[in-house]
Amino acid sequence: MTSTGLVNEPGVVARKKSGIVKFLRRDGVAYMFLAPWLLGFFVLTVYPMAYSLWLGFTNYDFTQPNSTQWIGIANYLKMFGPVFGLSNFTASTGEVMRVDPYYMKSLSVTFTYVLVSVPLKLIFALAVAVLMNQKLRGVSFYRSVYYIPTLLGGSVAIAVLWRKLFEKEGLLNGLLGAIGFTNLPGWITNPKFALWTLILLTVWQFGSSMIIFLAGLKQIPQEYYEAASVDGASKTRQFFSITLPLLSPVILFTLVLQTITTFQAFTQAYIIGGGGGGVLNSTLFYTLHLYIQGWQYHEMGYASAMAWVLLIIIGVFTAIVFKSSNLWVSYGTGE
Amino acid sequence: MGPGSNMKDRTAARHTLTHLFIIALGLLMIYPVLWMIVSSFKPNNMIFSDPGLIPKAVTLDNYISGWKGYAGVSFGRFFINSLLMCAGAVIGNLIACTMAAYAFARLKFAGRNFWFAVMLVTLMLPGHVTTVPRYILFNTFGWVGTYLPIIVPKFLATDAFFVFLLVQFMRSLPKEIEEAAIIDGCGKVGVLTRIIVPLSTPALVTVALFTFLWTWDDFFNHLLYLTNPAIFSVSRALRTFVGDAGAVSNWGGALAMSTLAMLPAFILFFTLQKYFVQGIATTGIKG
Repeated sequence: MTSTGLVNEPGVVARKKSGIVKFLRRDGVAYMFLAPWLLGFFVLTVYPMAYSLWLGFTNYDFTQPNSTQWIGIANYLKMFGPVFGLSNFTASTGEVMRVDPYYMKSLSVTFTYVLVSVPLKLIFALAVAVLMNQKLRGVSFYRSVYYIPTLLGGSVAIAVLWRKLFEKEGLLNGLLGAIGFTNLPGWITNPKFALWTLILLTVWQFGSSMIIFLAGLKQIPQEYYEAASVDGASKTRQFFSITLPLLSPVILFTLVLQTITTFQAFTQAYIIGGGGGGVLNSTLFYTLHLYIQGWQYHEMGYASAMAWVLLIIIGVFTAIVFKSSNLWVSYGTGE
Repeated sequence: MGPGSNMKDRTAARHTLTHLFIIALGLLMIYPVLWMIVSSFKPNNMIFSDPGLIPKAVTLDNYISGWKGYAGVSFGRFFINSLLMCAGAVIGNLIACTMAAYAFARLKFAGRNFWFAVMLVTLMLPGHVTTVPRYILFNTFGWVGTYLPIIVPKFLATDAFFVFLLVQFMRSLPKEIEEAAIIDGCGKVGVLTRIIVPLSTPALVTVALFTFLWTWDDFFNHLLYLTNPAIFSVSRALRTFVGDAGAVSNWGGALAMSTLAMLPAFILFFTLQKYFVQGIATTGIKG
């Protein structure tokens, strides 16, 4: 294009005159390819985000959208009122509103779930990846077997199975009973254990993190280990001085992605809780609570406010992880 | 025996131990899945009394009773529904994500870096923040109770993950063939369809594969939008086996249909394994 510029002198001038013509000639084709994505971005991301920010300050009810009112920060007071010892408050509309008695519970359930299952999952994934990163026969077969729970894990089918494993009359109690245990609890119906069955289900699916770590381990030059062995460094020492630092960027990446995904878990809790938060709301995940508020109680204004708080929580968490990465992630510049 | 062979023996012993450990842990991990498959062939009253993997009696009753489905709609219908919906989603993602990725990876245009950064940000965005307004929007269109809310977003490349994966792949392709084609008078569309797409087949298979699996396994959107049993997907239909109180009357049927629901994932996994590993290792796909 530029090489013809000399020959087409008048054309160049004409193009300079009109910015739009120039833009269309040069960039029009690219934007044509980008059009579906751009349309999706504006209609299905930007507009919904702005809309839900607004909805969060209203009492939008799906069944009667015409009576929607601006209620200020009432939805946020409904969530965080209990922190300030509130049980009722008067909204800007003059209406007396009750705080949400379950919001804080859903928050603590979700935090426990994320803070326990994500680190455990990554530790398992790393341990198994290190174990498999040897010159062993059949590693690719083992890798497949370990990936199977991840392949199926998010499905309703597995959630149904999980219920069956941990019920009072389930498989686990059958096994424990066979070796002489009596008086066993129903793991899913007991509020002390229910969340832990979900954590176990999540940790069980460490397969994709394992594959990512395995790919990362393959990038570490073998010479580093050989040199360390010559210097007399033990396997443990090698793991902490070579493997962990060199793998730390990959760990950071996986940690961020897993945290974001785990905060949004829904299916397993919904199925195992039978459509609710389980006994005493012991498995009331954040997104499950959001679904119940929005779609069962039609409180979509409130659900939107909840979604924005979740966005902020995830944002803060991601920022903390990235900030902390200065301390533990090494972007090695050689040695 | 020299010191060399002694060390070989020790290495061999260590390897055997590692093998045994990996196998034992692997068995423990897939035991629940195996038990589910085996139990789906056991008579209903024997499912829970028998934690073993070898059934004492084999029957197809669970499949027959489960297949009857829900509200007069059989599981056959649910499978067809899921397959059609997934096909639509795969086609949408292949077309729209490829177009966007081609622009980002191979074309120069004003604002490219800006839009690419925007795309990367949407990658991290939790989907729930758009759920309510999208529902209201689709409801205004009269789309609740159809597959459109699930399929149409794919035609608008909303799965940024796949755009990113394809961009990474297309950037690695050699520029020379493309330049030769342009000299030969091939337009941008021609370059995409005749050169970039054929060369990107491995990445496109990965996109199709994960789009299929995620749409098949998705539950949240199916719960919101598939409101009538005639259009239920498999995962939406499976939920009816676990009632609101969590009580299940027909466990045999539930396990049998759950086993069938996992079949497509198994088939795809074992036939297209290398694309799985590629997809996961390059983008850190969720899970």
